[in-house]
Amino acid sequence: MTDRQVIIVGSGPAGLTAALYAARAALKPLVIEGIEAGGQLMLTTMVENWPGYRDGIMGPDLMTELRAQAERFGAEIVQGDVSSVDLSSRPFAVSLGKTRYTAQAVIIATGASAKWLNLGVDKKLSGRGVSTCATCDGFFFKGRPVAVIGGGDTAMEEAIYLAKLATSVTVIHRRDTLRASKVMQDKARSLPGISFLWNTEVVDIKDVDRGEVTALVLKNTQTGASSELAVDGVFIGIGHVPNTALFKGQLAMHDNGYLKTHDGSRTSVPGVFAAGDVQDHVYRQAVTAAGSGCMAAIDAERFLSGTLS
Amino acid sequence: MASVNVKTLTDADFVDSVKTGVVLVDFWAAWCAPCRRLAPTVDQLADEYSGRITVAKVDIDENPMTPTKFMVRGIPTLLLFKDGDLKETVVGLAGKDDLAKMIDRHL
Repeated sequence: MTDRQVIIVGSGPAGLTAALYAARAALKPLVIEGIEAGGQLMLTTMVENWPGYRDGIMGPDLMTELRAQAERFGAEIVQGDVSSVDLSSRPFAVSLGKTRYTAQAVIIATGASAKWLNLGVDKKLSGRGVSTCATCDGFFFKGRPVAVIGGGDTAMEEAIYLAKLATSVTVIHRRDTLRASKVMQDKARSLPGISFLWNTEVVDIKDVDRGEVTALVLKNTQTGASSELAVDGVFIGIGHVPNTALFKGQLAMHDNGYLKTHDGSRTSVPGVFAAGDVQDHVYRQAVTAAGSGCMAAIDAERFLSGTLS
Repeated sequence: MASVNVKTLTDADFVDSVKTGVVLVDFWAAWCAPCRRLAPTVDQLADEYSGRITVAKVDIDENPMTPTKFMVRGIPTLLLFKDGDLKETVVGLAGKDDLAKMIDRHL
């Protein structure tokens, strides 16, 4: 098979914007979707901070539009999850199981995925009352008490969504102030169904033996006192981890696992570029991801034409 | 369009439908974005394993009893039955290769 010019790994706002720009530059990009195709916006409801939509746009609708826009200019999008990459020499190789693609440039836009607690038990009860996606699983907790863990925008969005369904929503946060944006905080605080437990950590989730969530075991971080909160569901909104396992030992990373970039979107390997949440642990917005996707496509185009300074 | 090899199950026929052989069931709903993402993978598995296993879907909005019975509290969830016994549970999105390996373990 002949080499491609550019392969883009990931199909969130960063990957698809990179695809749009690369396609318009006649680079015929191949986009490999990944199993979380469309990225984190696929799990959101109304996105109110995407410029140009004064009334907001639904996250999945935005991604459908962006995908169609990239395809309109010739981006080829394939389903599947990359199983391995070889970035040691050019052409670079990207494999999906037995299928192997090669390209002169690669743009990594694999994003970040929801972080779990470090309890072990939370993964065991995943789909049994523990969830990282309120819009997916909130349905099962109509008329039941639930908890949301976290103090950022993700946690507030989950709590606000769940307040419409659950009998009560308890937000559990290990600090005494929220990290969430002002607008999200105000919205969450204004809803009667949402209450807050401050300076509190979850130390255990019951009941693994029954295979369902019945209660959370909590610890006050100030006093050390333990308590139990009876809930049927718990939603984890404590942030994200970058999807960089594929690149360990091949690309330079920060201690927290995010890819290091320099001079725009360049990674430690010439010809490999990174965009979106996989290399951004600071801003992590759909619009900054899209912006960095554009940068990566322009950098890749200049690299391929030998004009990247 | 779903593959012709994917059966639609309901609360009424679920138990009988998983009684024999290997049956992979996808619990989904129209409003569930990750479910839409998983659907093409389920379709491909149904086509590739056609004649060897049964691949089926349950719409949880229309069939509340079956997900309750198997304690499904999140979707997408895939359950794999062999001769009526629940053998595997996969919650959330999964890659086709991993699912194929899981199916192969029960053939």
